Amino acid sequence: MKYRFTTSASVLAIIASSAVPVSAQDYTSFGIEQDLPGTCSYAVTDAKDYSGRTLNIITHAIPVIGEPTALHAEQFAELTGAEVNVVHVPFGDLFQRIMIPFQSEQNAYDVMFYPSLWIGDFSRFLAPVPEAYVNSTGMMDVTPSFTGVATWNGEMIQYPMDGDRHYLKFRTDVFDNADVQAKYLADTGNQLTVPATWEEYNQVAAYFNASDWDGDGELNYGSAEVAKRDDLMFSAFISRAAPYAKHPDVQGGFFFDLETMEPLINTPGFVRGLELFIDAQASFPPGGTNFGLGDEIFSFGGGQTLMSYSWDDAYIQANQEDSRIRNMVAAAPLPGASEVWNRTTGAWDTFETPNRAPYMTWGWSSAVSSMSEEQEMGFDFLCFFSNEANAEHDMQIGRFGVNPYRNSHFDVDYWKGQGWADKTAQTYVTTLSEMEESQNRVFDLRVPGVSQFMSSMANGVSEAMAGQKTAQEALDNVAKEWSEITDRIGKDRLRDAYANVVTLEDNEG
Amino acid sequence: MLSSKHFFLLPALLTLVAIILFPLLFTIRVSFSSWDVFQSGLDYIGGKNYGRVFADERFWQSLGRLSLLSLISVSLQYTLGFALALAVWKQVRGGRFLRVLFLIPMMTTPVVMSVIWRTVFHESLGPANDILGMFGIGAVPWLSSATGAFISVLIVEVWQWTPFMFLLLLAGLVSLPREPYLAAAIDGAGAWRTFWQVTFPLMAPITIGALIIRLIEASKIMDTVYVLTSGGPGTATETSSYYIYIRGLRDFQIGYSAALSLVYLVIMIVSLTVIAKLLLRLLVGKVG
Repeated sequence: MKYRFTTSASVLAIIASSAVPVSAQDYTSFGIEQDLPGTCSYAVTDAKDYSGRTLNIITHAIPVIGEPTALHAEQFAELTGAEVNVVHVPFGDLFQRIMIPFQSEQNAYDVMFYPSLWIGDFSRFLAPVPEAYVNSTGMMDVTPSFTGVATWNGEMIQYPMDGDRHYLKFRTDVFDNADVQAKYLADTGNQLTVPATWEEYNQVAAYFNASDWDGDGELNYGSAEVAKRDDLMFSAFISRAAPYAKHPDVQGGFFFDLETMEPLINTPGFVRGLELFIDAQASFPPGGTNFGLGDEIFSFGGGQTLMSYSWDDAYIQANQEDSRIRNMVAAAPLPGASEVWNRTTGAWDTFETPNRAPYMTWGWSSAVSSMSEEQEMGFDFLCFFSNEANAEHDMQIGRFGVNPYRNSHFDVDYWKGQGWADKTAQTYVTTLSEMEESQNRVFDLRVPGVSQFMSSMANGVSEAMAGQKTAQEALDNVAKEWSEITDRIGKDRLRDAYANVVTLEDNEG
Repeated sequence: MLSSKHFFLLPALLTLVAIILFPLLFTIRVSFSSWDVFQSGLDYIGGKNYGRVFADERFWQSLGRLSLLSLISVSLQYTLGFALALAVWKQVRGGRFLRVLFLIPMMTTPVVMSVIWRTVFHESLGPANDILGMFGIGAVPWLSSATGAFISVLIVEVWQWTPFMFLLLLAGLVSLPREPYLAAAIDGAGAWRTFWQVTFPLMAPITIGALIIRLIEASKIMDTVYVLTSGGPGTATETSSYYIYIRGLRDFQIGYSAALSLVYLVIMIVSLTVIAKLLLRLLVGKVG
């Protein structure tokens, strides 16, 4: 018989467990600095008893997300007496390992950790987050963006435990150096400033490319980017194309026209973004066109390149205690565009202040299966996983892949407490928190078949970057494939799903 | 007439049905369905998936690329494997050690080995370009140019599978009869002539077997491409099996990828049969 988890029961259970007089027990043996008060703190979880019950979890391979999952699963088992089984799966296999049991109606896993952009594929198999957890202390602190990312058709079905976005990272020892600034001005006639457009980004990267600007005897390079096909390159392309294709005054879709569901991927804004991506290859380190995320992290985080943009990992690595460029980096919004394609008028609009289109890149998320017979324990585990003490602990470890997603995480003092310099911490927090306030954000294409769309796009972009096709030809082909995928999935089904994305982008949520 | 002894065949037959027949029949059935990320049932859509396969330019390009890669890599593996086998065939000092040494690449896990080679070919940090630099040779775009990436995949394939060829050919060499060599020596044949007139013809059957086995294996190349290049730059190193993997397990187009797999299987069976016949005619002089 299917287990039904009633909201009222869970509310009572949580209130009751929160009310348990908890002694000031020491939980530092679990690796945290101290237990922090909250709905699912260590003390509250300790008061629960799941002895004799089993929770099955599927997650990513160690370390990214897999390591914190294993760690908190072990802690949860110790605190509650539950048996917790964790299955670690490489990224390339994760989707099918979750989807096949879903489609064949097998109750294989109670809890899943996966990239949040798969919500369009998984939504019909996920249990809604009960109100008690929606109102938990941790959840109330989640930023509106990541609450939105977890929401589908007005209902929260994913449990936020990570917050990701793309932003610019650059070397302050170069940009703030008066001698370098003077030389740059003399050589180019321009002030050396943090790039405000992608054209400027390419120019600065080209100027500093293949020279030993940090004086360590090794050549340095202009830009490290995730450019390897099938290795998250699609996200890099979206970051580059977004300001040219996401017009702040045009609503109703970035990837598709929501009304007609015609793909917009080959419109001039995207083509311009791709052309600049192709040009930027000249400023990559040797082999840079084959850089995956790991290479990008290593290149910028290791001090090889002047600039980069992607997730937080390279920034965290650059600022680790053993890093030779610790506190020599700062964060800034992604470069923008002075010209933006207006698909309504069919013309380029010029912007005096560059148009910015922050990309709220997919991050990791979690959920409980609607087929699970242990939904209560599943949500308790997720609530514990992301409790205040654990979230703070996990964010400090770069390889865990947990990045700020709560308002309380945007605290300069917290990051300075990790040994970060004032500018490093200040720019990081400001950049991230300002993205929350932007009215022109881009989200992932969170629809059924998202992998098909992104795979097609990555292939087209890669063909253009390898010189096999022009930017326009490559994206025309992608648009053709997107139309075919749309026909197979069904225009209406896709439109219904895509409306969730447009709601976020058009700030209607 | 069935007798009790026939039941001893049952475990083997059941295993055969479970691991070969059922998956094959199921794949055929799936290939006529639209099983996809949004449609999980085994519905019936006729030959739509097969129609898509024949119009799928990327699949046919990947097949052409795979053929080229297989032919070049297996030819090199055969040549090098034969040379190494001949080198250690006769008693040489340290022969036993060399035999073990030659086999090491084959015994490593392909994914692990590919990761190591990716590091070797890393254009900024890997040793390959450093070593070339010592000889005044400029940096080679091992993985970031179409030609470089193709050659890199080729090098890794040859490195890993030449030992397999070596092993088979060495086994063939040590089992050759001595009489033809004695006759050749009496006739005053030199080493070169002995090789072409005696060794090579005698090795023909094992040569055909080794080449076919390696061609079958080479046609399935996947992990090296996956780790080393992800099929890029562009589609420069995308092989059929990697493309089917993308469609099936990344895109979750199960029905379509089943059709791709079956078309690929038929092409492989036909082409390898033709190759085997040609090799027989060429090396043995008769069609089996």
